[in-house]
Amino acid sequence: MNNFLKGKAIPVDESCKAEPAGEPIKQLSRENIFSIIINKYAMFVALIVIAIFFQWQTDGVLLVPMNISKLIMQNSYILILAIGMLPCILTGDIDLSVGSVVAVIGAIAGTMIVSMDMPVGLTIITCLVAGLLIGAWQGFWVAFVKVPAFIVTLAGMLLFRGMTMVILNGNTLAPFPESYQFVAQRFLQDIPLVGAIPYSTMIIGLILAVCGVYAEWNDHQQKIQYGIPVSGKSWLFTKFGLIVFVSLFSTYWLTQFKGLPIILILLAGLIFMYSFICHKTVIGRHIYALGGNERATQLSGIKTKWVRFIVFVNMGLMAAVAGLVFSARLNCAAPSAGTSFELDAIAACYIGGASATGGVGTIIGAVVGGLVMGVLNNGMSILGIGIDWQQGIKGMVLLLAVAFDIYNQNKKA
Amino acid sequence: MPNILLEMQDIVKEFAGGVRALDQVNIQVKEKSIHALVGENGAGKSTLMNVLSGVYPYGTYKGMIRYHGEECKFKTIRNSEDKGIVIIHQELALIPYLSIMENIFLGNECQSKGVVNWGKCRFEAMKLMETVGLHDLPDTPVNKIGVGKQQLVEIAKALSKDVKLLILDEPTAALNDEESEKLLELLLMLREKWGMTAIMISHKLNEITKVADEITIIRDGKTIETLNKNTDEFSEDRIIKGMVGREITNRYPQRTDCKIGDVCLEIKNWNVYSPDIANKVIVNNVNLNVRRGEVVGIAGLMGAGRTELAMSIFGRAYGAHISGEIIKDGKTVKITTVSDAIKNGIAYVTEDRKGQGLILIDDIRVNTTLPSLKKLSLRGVVNAQKEIKVAESYLERLHIKAQGIHQFTKNLSGGNQQKVMLARWIYADPDVLILDEPTRGIDVGAKYEIYCVINELARLGKSVIVISSELPEVLGISDRIYVMNEGCFVGELSQAEASQESVMQCIMRCNKNKQVV
Repeated sequence: MNNFLKGKAIPVDESCKAEPAGEPIKQLSRENIFSIIINKYAMFVALIVIAIFFQWQTDGVLLVPMNISKLIMQNSYILILAIGMLPCILTGDIDLSVGSVVAVIGAIAGTMIVSMDMPVGLTIITCLVAGLLIGAWQGFWVAFVKVPAFIVTLAGMLLFRGMTMVILNGNTLAPFPESYQFVAQRFLQDIPLVGAIPYSTMIIGLILAVCGVYAEWNDHQQKIQYGIPVSGKSWLFTKFGLIVFVSLFSTYWLTQFKGLPIILILLAGLIFMYSFICHKTVIGRHIYALGGNERATQLSGIKTKWVRFIVFVNMGLMAAVAGLVFSARLNCAAPSAGTSFELDAIAACYIGGASATGGVGTIIGAVVGGLVMGVLNNGMSILGIGIDWQQGIKGMVLLLAVAFDIYNQNKKA
Repeated sequence: MPNILLEMQDIVKEFAGGVRALDQVNIQVKEKSIHALVGENGAGKSTLMNVLSGVYPYGTYKGMIRYHGEECKFKTIRNSEDKGIVIIHQELALIPYLSIMENIFLGNECQSKGVVNWGKCRFEAMKLMETVGLHDLPDTPVNKIGVGKQQLVEIAKALSKDVKLLILDEPTAALNDEESEKLLELLLMLREKWGMTAIMISHKLNEITKVADEITIIRDGKTIETLNKNTDEFSEDRIIKGMVGREITNRYPQRTDCKIGDVCLEIKNWNVYSPDIANKVIVNNVNLNVRRGEVVGIAGLMGAGRTELAMSIFGRAYGAHISGEIIKDGKTVKITTVSDAIKNGIAYVTEDRKGQGLILIDDIRVNTTLPSLKKLSLRGVVNAQKEIKVAESYLERLHIKAQGIHQFTKNLSGGNQQKVMLARWIYADPDVLILDEPTRGIDVGAKYEIYCVINELARLGKSVIVISSELPEVLGISDRIYVMNEGCFVGELSQAEASQESVMQCIMRCNKNKQVV
């Protein structure tokens, strides 16, 4: 009883070293693995099922290389918004203004480039800064004045839509120069130097495969080291195989059209970066903690106001990135751009398992949620289903996905 | 020989994952008696009551329930309420913005064809309020009355449902002595006049020995024994022996080699005003000091302003227009935020571990390291391995009973939750640790362990301030005691001077002076 508090803080550095492997490796049983798959990858499985369904229904059109490239490019801005939206939802807030922010950024870019003939680089920087300022504006009201985020961003939705119309004077500005459209329209081999390398897309696929296997192996080893139950060797190697197969096959598949879309590289970078921030950094922890119990987080000495502020500033930045990508993709700045994007981004987060009360959700989940909606949209369009039915079906998917999630959680408890 | 009203036979309840919460529990409750149910936290008391009241429907448990001699198969709470079995949970189920009257008749409105008859409602409510001794207007919103009165509203609500068997889960946990006394008398009165039977779950053994006719002791999901007022020994020590399965000779661990050092923290002329009500003084000119290696207790009745005092010191987490001086290790320090307080080596463990302490939807690891992530990170990136090691070492050192550091804190028992809170703040490595009601709602065994932790912290030269409403506890563990009443410190007693009587005298003297003025 008496030696449980020896010393001041625990000498973590010493005790951190791996213990000699005296204990046997804890392995998960087959049922456990199955339930983990169901819980953790449910939406992923749903995505695959939906994809297979449309693949069959569209006679293989859905997954042809050209359509896949198109699907990624068409949904990229929603996914970028979803990546920014997730932290907002984690802190228990919401941002309804992102659609309007996308429009206002497009308007600024259009005015600067098309009307005023300013350089593209300067325009992009200005737009990103504008995004940060918009985020800071909304974050100020939410975090420091404590106006509910729903109201602040509802006001922002109207405010920035109005601003867009003022800036554009009701007109649509077009066209943008080639260099501005680059990120949204082009492919890997269009980059001057990289394009000269043969098989550049496949090389990236190979790098991905190696990194993926290494990360998985590392994770496995660490779990063993710390006595966390792991899945068996066979399952591990199945995972390796899957990673290698998926990364090589998907890059190979893309080479059958025009190679890797540049937007996919940007998207992958953002997904990786924000997953890292959410799960490995102090600020990420603070975001989850704030959503889980605000008062407790405050009483742990965390400046919750600033955390919330930063989350909104980040959302502004992501909305600006999405605005740039969207205007580049459409090659115009229109007053009605981005209408109801906020709802798609929010739906993506919820379909991907985020909790409406905050504290629960992952970046990958939000991206998968966004893809589920993207594939549905695309598949139904190919089948010629009208926009009316598309809306209804998407609504049902959102409802059922969240209901499934809640059912699963209740079952666990 | 009184009739047996309720009989539960061989009740077995298992939760997902094979956790056996109840294992062959048997209990008999006689008509018109008050039956107490005691046991350590996690022993299965609340689970048993949830089985009885239909929260866990028939079929999810094994065993038989007989009520009034007939077998019952409750599917919902409604079924059990129809038979006159009403449960009042620890967390009160009142709607804060509705009036007392509306709360009493919630779900049971005086209505005809869906239209509420407010006149009749009011009349009935007044009658019920009279019975339970509640003298407010029936239109008062429930959030405007104190917890003690809210508890009475719950009982009135039960009476409106024509209750035969009332189940109370820790009814006095949030009440002060006076309110508790009142509640217990009400129970005795209802038994006499209404012929009501009651099952009461409580940790406050002195109350149980006062009002209960029979006591059933549960340990690890099994019934250990039932004590009868007339035939068995009915002392607190006897009950504790049954609960823990051994005799606890000393409820408070002995302090050994305590070296009390220099003054570590001193508070001078501390004033705090209420953030809600203008010009209301909550803490009035308080002076306090605590030395290294010293355990200082702050005694007082609930509502004396102790929590508010502690939270205002802890980076102004409570209150408005705070004035006064904080001197840490001889130097005046300016503390305006919680992180300032932590940087200056002050930590505060809240009394409300579920509401303001733990992140219930996160695991033990996250909860342990929350305020100290800086220590575990490099350039903003958390070192996951280090963190796991830290969490595991505290799990072991504080004897936290859990499946592992990845268990969610919402699934832990009260005692273990409190230990996670302690782990969090011990790892933050403060010089002064303020513990607010550290053992509220915790079983005897865990209490003892927490006292040991407090002693150990003092031995390591930390200053510990303990706020507690349980006088024996403050007396048992403190080197020095401040008595607080209505925002003022009304006495400072050394360990030798302090006794239940002397503390109460300080409070009474102060109240008397006020009446004279």
